[in-house]
Amino acid sequence: MPEYVLELRGISKLFPGVKALDGVDFQLRAGEIHALMGENGAGKSTLIKIITGVHQPDGGEIYLDGKKVLFKSPRDAGAAGVAAIYQHVTSYPHLSVTENIFMGHEKRKHGLIQWGAMHKEAQALIETLDADFKAIDLMGHLSVAQQQMVEIAKALSTNARIIIMDEPTAALTRNEANRLYEITDKLRDDGAAVIFISHRFEDMYRLASRVTVYRDSRYIWTRDIGDVTDGGLIHAMVGRELNELFPKPEIEAGEEVLRVEELSLSGVFKDISLTARRGEIVGVTGLVGAGRTEVMETLFGLTPPDSGKIHLNGRKVSIYSPSDAMKQGLGMLTEDRQHKGLILDWDIGRNITLPELSRFAKMGVVDENSERTIAKELAERVDTKAKTLFDLASSLSGGNQQKVAVARSLTSKLDVLIMDEPTKGVDVGAKAAIYEIMGELAKQGMAIIMVSSEMPEILGMCDRIYIMCEGRVTGELSRAEANGERILALAMKKAAQQAGQEVSQ
Amino acid sequence: MSVGLRKILRSREFSLFLVLVVLCIVIQSRNPQFLTATVIDSILRNYSYTILMATGMLMVLLVGGIDISVGSTLALSGMTSALLMRHGVIESAFLAYMVSLGVGILCGLMVGLVITKGKVLPIIASLGFMYVFRGMTFFISGGQWVGMQHLLPEFRAFSQGAALGISNLLWITIVVYILVFIMLGWTRTGRQIYAVGSNPEAAMVSGIRSDNIKLFVYAFNGALAGISGAMFVGFYASAQNNSAMGLELDIIAACVIGGVSLKGGQGTIPGVLLGALMIAVINRSLSLTGIDPFWQQALKGAVILIAVTTNILVQRRATRLSLARREI
Amino acid sequence: MTGQRQKRVIEHNPPRDFKSRFMRWEFLLLALFFGVVIMNANMSPNFLVAHHLFTNINTFLVRGLVALTMTYCLLMGEIDLSVGSIVVFAATTLGIVFNATGSVFLGMVTALVVGGLCGAFNGLILIKFKELHSMIVTLGTMILFRGLAERILGAEATGGMRSVTWFANLFDARIGPVPYFFIFFCALAAAFAFVMHRTTFGRHMFAIGANRTAAEYAGINVSKTRLKVFALSGLICGVSAIMFASWTGSIRSNVGEGYEIEAIAMCVLGGMSTAGGKGSLPGVLIAIFTVGLLQFGMSLMNVNPQTVRIIIGALLIIVVTMQNIRRIIGKKITQVKA
Repeated sequence: MPEYVLELRGISKLFPGVKALDGVDFQLRAGEIHALMGENGAGKSTLIKIITGVHQPDGGEIYLDGKKVLFKSPRDAGAAGVAAIYQHVTSYPHLSVTENIFMGHEKRKHGLIQWGAMHKEAQALIETLDADFKAIDLMGHLSVAQQQMVEIAKALSTNARIIIMDEPTAALTRNEANRLYEITDKLRDDGAAVIFISHRFEDMYRLASRVTVYRDSRYIWTRDIGDVTDGGLIHAMVGRELNELFPKPEIEAGEEVLRVEELSLSGVFKDISLTARRGEIVGVTGLVGAGRTEVMETLFGLTPPDSGKIHLNGRKVSIYSPSDAMKQGLGMLTEDRQHKGLILDWDIGRNITLPELSRFAKMGVVDENSERTIAKELAERVDTKAKTLFDLASSLSGGNQQKVAVARSLTSKLDVLIMDEPTKGVDVGAKAAIYEIMGELAKQGMAIIMVSSEMPEILGMCDRIYIMCEGRVTGELSRAEANGERILALAMKKAAQQAGQEVSQ
Repeated sequence: MSVGLRKILRSREFSLFLVLVVLCIVIQSRNPQFLTATVIDSILRNYSYTILMATGMLMVLLVGGIDISVGSTLALSGMTSALLMRHGVIESAFLAYMVSLGVGILCGLMVGLVITKGKVLPIIASLGFMYVFRGMTFFISGGQWVGMQHLLPEFRAFSQGAALGISNLLWITIVVYILVFIMLGWTRTGRQIYAVGSNPEAAMVSGIRSDNIKLFVYAFNGALAGISGAMFVGFYASAQNNSAMGLELDIIAACVIGGVSLKGGQGTIPGVLLGALMIAVINRSLSLTGIDPFWQQALKGAVILIAVTTNILVQRRATRLSLARREI
Repeated sequence: MTGQRQKRVIEHNPPRDFKSRFMRWEFLLLALFFGVVIMNANMSPNFLVAHHLFTNINTFLVRGLVALTMTYCLLMGEIDLSVGSIVVFAATTLGIVFNATGSVFLGMVTALVVGGLCGAFNGLILIKFKELHSMIVTLGTMILFRGLAERILGAEATGGMRSVTWFANLFDARIGPVPYFFIFFCALAAAFAFVMHRTTFGRHMFAIGANRTAAEYAGINVSKTRLKVFALSGLICGVSAIMFASWTGSIRSNVGEGYEIEAIAMCVLGGMSTAGGKGSLPGVLIAIFTVGLLQFGMSLMNVNPQTVRIIIGALLIIVVTMQNIRRIIGKKITQVKA
């Protein structure tokens, strides 16, 4: 018996414009839960996709039970006993839970699918997971947490010996997460090897026996859980001390520009009240699925609220669309810049000028020379890594794409700018640049609302912090009051019990 | 069992069925001749190929594609076997049907190949082939039509005949419906068709060979258009160059009314059957009710628009309700 | 920013390399166009007779008008299948109003209004029901609008407006051999090209077609733009209806059948992607003339019009596959470089 069930040696993977993995190693022992840690963009997801055969490596070798293997497709990997539970749930919304669980390995007799037997087995799997839905329910009707459970059931149903969990707890409540811990323990006791990816240190300490850290597409180290400390781990993940990252300028907050009162959207968020003043950087944090992005999208006019008031510059406003919002002085940088933020097929220059195009136009006709001059100026101010203004946005790395997105707001006349996960998937250098620009914008008198899951930047950059949990604001902390533990406690607080008193504070 | 029953009563197909029943009752009240065996038989016979081809289109729409070349495929395959009959090459009705089927499969394969291998958008690829197949129909026929006297008597007899009181053409349609119903519901290929359309990315991750599935679906759709070609020629006892022009619109309309989503992944055989029957009834029944038959097209257009918009309203309501049920 | 590190300099002058200018799709298309012209001129001595040539160009420009607005629809990632039906509906109302009032001018105004309203109707449904794709909505209105024309006309025809000389002259009148309609079309095409490639409105259409959500996040009023484009599409169909009436003087309920297909074919041949966000109006313009003259030349050579269909269909498939292969190869090259 070889020491490792799965071993990766010197794996590299290139994507257009990005080196996603640079000669990384990984070793998985039989019957262990192995935590894979790293910041967004460190290469974890790419590694998973290589292990599951979705991508093929450009260099390096994979050994399964000591034998060299090549997974040409997810089918190969599945046949070898590898199953993955993905971060972005990859399900079929129009099909039943049963079918989602058994897709690709249906129970058949004479070529015909045995629905009865499949429903029964699926129902049994769901029950072992203590989940509160039925096998015949449509996948599309389930909540994100329930869909996550289906993904787990799917992995269980294949009797896989190597199970990869890519941030499975991100969308789960405390109880659901505890249940998941038990299930994961049981899987290990039954002999499966588990690769566990999570941003929650809590998950890692609770489950893992060993930890591997990646940073910037490279392998850093692997240690037994006993040898891991918070500080050491953070240092390995981030690569330097944290506090030097945040160039937070001291700014005297001006008058209040945004006041939101008891904004509600049925089933999504409830009684959200918050304010922002000129020159302030306001943080909004909470676990994934707490409804932060949804609140911001409502403020930005994408989804109308059921009730509540929004005041901008002291005036009550109704915002029906993003173009409305921007006319009234409220802008938003989306979390999903690849799909919603930038037009990847376009060059950098046009991406920068798109929101403010009318400024370069006379009678609707665009003056392309002045457009280019300004775009160049802005692109240089945010230090975009590009040779010409005509490079396509798709050719830039995540960090530089975000710089381009940020560059748009530099000359705008916005009063409030919402930045949703502004440093997600951004490399360290670009992060510093983005923080610097945030400070700059605040100095100009803009109110900035930063939505973020990353504790360090929330603590490092924000004047005030709102914490959300399950669709409600569960707390508000000043910069002085805030620390990691308090935020985490509020973010995990059961909203139903405490909401009333917290919101009124 | 009550869960199953409730599911059926709540389903889209059931409400569509109710609409169809109401429609029939209205027509019946204006013309007692409507719900008689003769009229029903005539409706089904006249639209057997539309109803048949709707299943093929369902599968194409399920994988997120579209094929507007089916009318031309029908004409080309029908013309091919008619010409071969005229020249005496084909000497049995069975062979005539098989030749049409073969031509249809070839046409479908070509469309599918251009879409999967050439990465051309389905609407464009099938638009091009709609021209090409229609043009080829004229080309091989020299612009002439093939008349009744040139067709095999056996072929005509089969196409216009009946067994057990049901027209042979309808038998073909019924058999195909049963086969496709089983395939879509109970075979791996059938479920993969839904999977590819429901979430292409997930299909890739679960190791489904999307291109092969798509190719199969287009070939199958072509095959049905091919059989319909022979049915069409036999039923009307002639092969015309401009046969079935615009038929693709009726077929897509039948699917859309039947609740098939153009985005893929959503749609059922019962729904499509009801949609196709609805189209057939609208097409045939206006003259029976004393309404100006020139209202027919406008009515059909209105029905499509109402069907798709109501569907959206119902979906929005369902989402709202399911969200409101969540506690926060 | 006040960083001390060396500032990167970003080049902002447009690149002027030969390849990117002359390997463009429009140039390949232009070569095809001249190929068609030379072939036609060689095969048939009648081809280059100016009078005939322009008469024929006039007739296909009636459809070419529709291709112009279809360009905008495709650019935004939309498709408008109802154009042919709007043409027949608008032309029908023109005929009815003319025969009822005796004023062809009133008829023209009606055609424009009806066309614009039909287009706006499409647009309104689309922005109220954002979940629906324009293909399905315009499929419905395509059947609906033609149905209305059928209801009005029945099996009859309406017409007689060519008895009004000035109205017939809209299509017939010329300066030398050049018809006014040709000049009007060229001016309209130039305006369309200018709006598409030089104005904020055009840039917004490109953005919406390339990524509708990103355009919305950038503060573009997507609904308003879509409504405008669909209404414009209807309006131009009204113009096409007027020109059709001026040309033939007789309107039956099958007028404009297949216009949508032909317009889409011309646009795609001209380099428009049906996925949206790509293409150029000059390309479409060349494609309109290429297809039109190909049909004309073939008819002079007594080639069966159906054979012409095969050629156009095959051309369409080959052209799009070729463009895709170029793009795939292009991507591979950038991947290797990275």
